[in-house]
Amino acid sequence: MAKRLARDKARRGLLYFCAGLTCCILLTMIGEILYRGLGSLTWKLVSTQSSYLQNTIGILPNILNTLYIIFVALVIALPVGVGAAVYLTEYAVSRRLVRVIEFATETLTGIPSILFGLVGMLVFLQLLGLQEGILAGGLTLVVMILPTIIRTTQESLKTVPDAWREGALALGAGKWRVVRTVVLPNAMDGILTGCILAAGRIVGESAALLFTAGFGFVLNDFAGSLQSSSATLTVALYVYASERGETGVAFAIACLLLLLTLLLNLAADRAAKKFKKREAPVCRKS
Amino acid sequence: MSEILKTEKLSLWYGEHQALHEITASIPENEVTALIGPSGCGKSTFLKTLNRMNDLVPGARHTGGVLYHGAEIYAPGTDVTALRRQIGMVFQKANPFPMSIYDNVAYGPRTHGTRERKKLDELVEKSLHEAAIWDEVKDRLRASALGLSGGQQQRLCIARALAVKPEILLLDESTSALDPISTSKIEDLIAELKKQYTVVMVTHNMQQAARISDRTAFFLLGELIEFGSTEKIFSMPAQKKTEDYISGRFG
Repeated sequence: MAKRLARDKARRGLLYFCAGLTCCILLTMIGEILYRGLGSLTWKLVSTQSSYLQNTIGILPNILNTLYIIFVALVIALPVGVGAAVYLTEYAVSRRLVRVIEFATETLTGIPSILFGLVGMLVFLQLLGLQEGILAGGLTLVVMILPTIIRTTQESLKTVPDAWREGALALGAGKWRVVRTVVLPNAMDGILTGCILAAGRIVGESAALLFTAGFGFVLNDFAGSLQSSSATLTVALYVYASERGETGVAFAIACLLLLLTLLLNLAADRAAKKFKKREAPVCRKS
Repeated sequence: MSEILKTEKLSLWYGEHQALHEITASIPENEVTALIGPSGCGKSTFLKTLNRMNDLVPGARHTGGVLYHGAEIYAPGTDVTALRRQIGMVFQKANPFPMSIYDNVAYGPRTHGTRERKKLDELVEKSLHEAAIWDEVKDRLRASALGLSGGQQQRLCIARALAVKPEILLLDESTSALDPISTSKIEDLIAELKKQYTVVMVTHNMQQAARISDRTAFFLLGELIEFGSTEKIFSMPAQKKTEDYISGRFG
């Protein structure tokens, strides 16, 4: 009996140790980033662009580029991804085809992102003749985040009870009407969560953008950035840390990225909760 | 009696499994027809072929015919949405949409093109009256339908089905998940409905079939064993199997 208790205690201790270690690593990392970065994170840094003449560094262009590329990638990937998911769950008749496509999308999520960058460069830059920039980078990211959006949307569509679909069909509603008025509004939380997760991936992505969005550090407006080399925050971090030796700036960018990721995660959490809490899920005026 | 719906040698398969064997039956207008039989005997399957809800089941196929007003509903080119509008269905488990009570009832009419506010208001009120739930919900039409009790939800579903003005109402064990009070309300309602509608109902409850139906069809293992007036089926069935079943010897 005593032996068993001791073993139980040991096992539990091990589990606590694992959990504690995980937390420690995470906290140390965050602490280190904040400690090293907050000092360099000045208003001047985030509100100006770099100038060799005045020998100043500013990351405003990189912040904007990050926002631009999130916008471009989501504007394209969202309709395509949701459309594909609706087709797969609501329309596709051949279970075999669906399985093949699902397997393909799942595999795509596991591919190292540098490969997307390589393919993006070959297709968008060399084949289609785009310039390095937000458009080529955004399109590459579209390919990368599509599987995520398709998967989360599909999961969300599957949670809408079949009884609702049957009820609507039995009233003589057509398939598309059922999807539009009953299925999609009630899958909105999942779609939104998928969207925010995708935005998170975009914020954190650098490898896929090295060859496609480029390293440009010049301030551009949205239209101008599409076809001119534009470094996002993560690419800028890489450049400042590895090529210019500006560790302070790199850590300041890291702080920003940390903050952005935190905000996105909070948003995803809030979105999911908001939709759950509503007594009656969304009802679209039919 | 004039028949509104008729099946001719209707057989149905789910994949390899044959669920219905050459069912020939005719459903009379403005009467309540009850389908009885033990679980898995094909009565729900039969009901679902009548408005082509079986189309949704992958691997379902059939032979034979279903005639609605003399026209084959499985003929190529049949407008299934129009058919389902004429032949409405209420399911075993109440399935109100996660919308307001008003929007639930208005869903069908809106689907079929009624947009005018006034017309919709009238239709909603009339349907809720017909389903005997108006008094309970008239002060909270904008509230979520999911906040209603089970019995109320089921009557709301009946109202929703009535709002598209069907000719026939198919009820698939629509009271089996309800308490006795709600059940008796819906039974009263069905008795009222048959003045204007034709009702076909699947039920597990023998007393219910005896109480409210005019005709009863007894199914066993996918075959229609006996079909006749409820009075006759319950007092002197022609078939031994029917007698065994209604006297509770099996099932």
